[in-house]
Amino acid sequence: MADIKSMGKVVGVNGNMVTVEFEGEVLQNEVGYVQVVAAEGKSSLKAEVIRIKGNRADLQVFEMTRGISIGDKVEFTENLLAVTLGPGLLGQIYDGLQNPLPQLAEKEGFFLKKGVYLNPLPDDKKWEFTPSVKIGDTVVRGDSIGVVPEGIFQHQIMIPFGMYDTYKVKSIVGQGSYTINEKVAEVEDSKGKVIPLTMKFQWPVKRAVDAYAERLKPVEPMITKLRLIDTFFPVAKGGTYCVPGPFGAGKTVLQQITSRNAEVDLVIIAACGERAGEVVETLKEFPELIDPRTGRTLMERTIIICNTSSMPVAAREASVYTAVTLAEYYRQMGLDILLLADSTSRWAQAMREMSGRLEEIPGEEAFPAYLESVIASFYERAGIVKLKNGKTGSVTIGGTVSPAGGNFEEPVTQATLKVVGSFHGLSRERSDARKYPAIDPLSSWSKYKTSLDSKAVEYARKLLFRGSDVAQMMKVVGEEGTNIEDYILYLKGDFLDSVYMQQNSFDPVDNSVILERQKHIFKIILEILGTIFNLPTKEEARQYFNQLRQLFLDFNGTSWQSEGFKAKEKELLQLISSKQKSVEETVSAMLENTK
Amino acid sequence: MRKVYSKIESIAGNVITVSAEGIKYDELAEVTSAHGKSLAQVIKLSDDKVSLQVFSGGRGVSTNDEVRFLGHSMQISVSDNLLGRIFNGSGEPRDNGPSLYENMTEIGGPSVNPAKRIIPRNMVRTGIPMIDVFNSLVESQKLPIFSSSGEPYNELLARIAMQAEVDMIILGGMGLKYDDYLFFKDALEEGGALSRTVFFVHTASDPIVECLLVPDVSLAVAEQFALKGKKILVLLTDMTNFADALKEIAITMEQVPSNRGYPGDLYSQLAARYEKAVDFEGAGSITLLAVTTMPGDDVTHPVPDNTGYITEGQFYLKGGRIEPFGSLSRLKQMVNKDTREDHRSLMDGMIKLYAAYKETVEKKSMGFRMSDWDTKLLKYGAIFERELMDLTVNISLEKALDKGWEILAECFKSEETGMRSELLNKFWPNK
Repeated sequence: MADIKSMGKVVGVNGNMVTVEFEGEVLQNEVGYVQVVAAEGKSSLKAEVIRIKGNRADLQVFEMTRGISIGDKVEFTENLLAVTLGPGLLGQIYDGLQNPLPQLAEKEGFFLKKGVYLNPLPDDKKWEFTPSVKIGDTVVRGDSIGVVPEGIFQHQIMIPFGMYDTYKVKSIVGQGSYTINEKVAEVEDSKGKVIPLTMKFQWPVKRAVDAYAERLKPVEPMITKLRLIDTFFPVAKGGTYCVPGPFGAGKTVLQQITSRNAEVDLVIIAACGERAGEVVETLKEFPELIDPRTGRTLMERTIIICNTSSMPVAAREASVYTAVTLAEYYRQMGLDILLLADSTSRWAQAMREMSGRLEEIPGEEAFPAYLESVIASFYERAGIVKLKNGKTGSVTIGGTVSPAGGNFEEPVTQATLKVVGSFHGLSRERSDARKYPAIDPLSSWSKYKTSLDSKAVEYARKLLFRGSDVAQMMKVVGEEGTNIEDYILYLKGDFLDSVYMQQNSFDPVDNSVILERQKHIFKIILEILGTIFNLPTKEEARQYFNQLRQLFLDFNGTSWQSEGFKAKEKELLQLISSKQKSVEETVSAMLENTK
Repeated sequence: MRKVYSKIESIAGNVITVSAEGIKYDELAEVTSAHGKSLAQVIKLSDDKVSLQVFSGGRGVSTNDEVRFLGHSMQISVSDNLLGRIFNGSGEPRDNGPSLYENMTEIGGPSVNPAKRIIPRNMVRTGIPMIDVFNSLVESQKLPIFSSSGEPYNELLARIAMQAEVDMIILGGMGLKYDDYLFFKDALEEGGALSRTVFFVHTASDPIVECLLVPDVSLAVAEQFALKGKKILVLLTDMTNFADALKEIAITMEQVPSNRGYPGDLYSQLAARYEKAVDFEGAGSITLLAVTTMPGDDVTHPVPDNTGYITEGQFYLKGGRIEPFGSLSRLKQMVNKDTREDHRSLMDGMIKLYAAYKETVEKKSMGFRMSDWDTKLLKYGAIFERELMDLTVNISLEKALDKGWEILAECFKSEETGMRSELLNKFWPNK
């Protein structure tokens, strides 16, 4: 192994791909820098090896390739594309390669100048370090050697995940303030080599972090405070879900709301190839919004990875990996992390562009043949794990999909559906009708267990299907041709949809509903659905359900367990019993159970 | 002195290949052939082979024509002298005026740092009620006008160009019919807006490569002026021609097509242009309106579909009117709260009633009997379409809102409109 890093020179440029003739050894996925001499000065552009043939390697450049010429030097780094892990990640806004954007803006102004790479973590910030090991202790990768407070968390300083030996602590600093570059400990490996440790280390983004004891089955729900999701299509901590939908159906809005309300420790937003304007909203609003769980601003529990649509495509491909690696890092500290990727279609398109340049044989719609396996291995990085210290941590991944023409029969949606645990399909009809969330309750599904009584939820969902069947039929035969039982069934389905499945996103109470309240009001819903009503005519039935709906919507707007809440609830129960003949047996059994 | 190469090794479509050294990717060259000079851009480097895309096309280029590399990428002169001038996609004058060489600026520059963007907050008034009242255009917004062929989209653009309250207008025409080009020229001249307008025009008969340059040139100029604090409105027509040019070139370059022959990077290519719309903190802004004709009136066609994912809403032009239902300005709620207190409610109320009118029209066409309410709605719909929806109506937002109340009062009783009583008390016209 030579200490001198391999060098090469450019022999071809095609779009964002350069071909390099090299000497020495080159790793697949190794990072190299193309040295460009341009009129405005020298710059070195980050690139990643994606194919090697003989003494030539193809590299995808993470920047615009304008100005590169044949013969330009390329310096290889021997490292894979990696992120820097350590305290100071929280609240940061990075591009796909972990460049801090606000600092870049301070330095370079309005535009993203190419070839400028800044340190991802603040170098001069002092962290209050408290050691948790002593000299002579045995440690392995992922073990904590101390903690520093980072915002609301105790940030564990861990043995780098890439150190696979067993080590003995040779020295450890005392409690005090240190920067991330100062040595905090020394460990000795089994061969007697002493390795100094700081608070930061690197980890290649395309390798899953696996320094945990075992992976567990995701069962505990991740609460989003959206009734339709939590009750009907739940997502488990450590699970995966996808949100496909045509443009304008509200994918990004749904993600934004989830990022605010989700009951997790940490949210990582990967804005991948989407509008910059939407990221700006999050960027400007999160520092102002207070997280009700912690009393601190939302920004303190958020990391944004932002590679918007006009930023270089290769970095877009890297951005989702950067995001998931950061999530896995915090999972090692026993935290629950939600990763929101918007949109995975843009990520897949970035792969397609590169595949085209490599002249690979195209698959469906010119996506590469390995599309499915790449999507699968990305979602597989989600999971709830048991750490070596017995704690658990989880990474939940929610990805939006932007199918061409809003048609779900396209490769990215289909490949995603194969691997995710929950599917929240958005429909144009529902969003046009201003129904929020626009998740289609008839076609969506979840493999995770609901936090409510699953039989009752199933009953409600079946009723919705039956109601929708009646609605379809009514379009043909008209209201006159429908019998009163079917008509009431239709009204019940419509009622369930409008008062429970939909929420008023502008209402401060109704926009986020805690699980306890969902459980409580679902019982009332269930009773209504299971009630055999004394409503002889359609006119009466319609009026009664309108009344019921109006009252329930008002009820939804009252804050949990307030006076108004109790009053409305009483009124509601009276209205129900006023027309109640009896309750279906199955339903009364369910109601009995939940008492 | 730069070296001149005089041996072209291959010519395929618009792409020529020469052997040369020290050439940079994306660099420009000048190709001198019997038909005159043309610019060409390096699009591929492979060992000593340099592939160039000739802006005026490969037709008539001979194997021993001269190729002289210029050592820089595509540039455009940016100065006040541009105002009132007309250029082609390569930045050469097409109005018999002099060529401009001062302050040359590279086109297709880097994108704006998202951390430097600000949340949009100013409305761009156009004097068109269907935009100002119902789907307000916001400074720094990017909006396409989805339109079937045959709709008066160029007339609409010309009207917006004449009436919009901005400092400067840049009009980029791609694949324009020569008549349309003359129409724009005449309309802006008559409207007195020519002196604050710059044209970059590619007509249908011009070389296809120049079509690709039009948005980049237009937006590069816009960006420079915006950085100096100017409010710029960029109008592009028609982005479908731009996408088709991309397709044509991708196919001749033997790229693998993805969807209906369009290249796989169509989304990124469109986004790179649309995302230039921006509001610079402490400087000016770029607002972008782009016509996207929908082949076969199909919104799921790759061009409108990809566009919809990029832009912040869309205007649907249908039957000569901006359709109130399909149209959406995603940013309107950022500005219409600060205009006049009745703006939002009136907008919602009028649209709800108009939706009811549409249902009534359907009922009527099926031969149902018309109730009193139906008759009122029919009257309302007709007046609404005539007085507010018609594209020739040109009134300020405030006048349009007043007009809205008048129309309502003419057709309905105040309690029939479903509006809050405090607004009715204040704004309902007393006769």
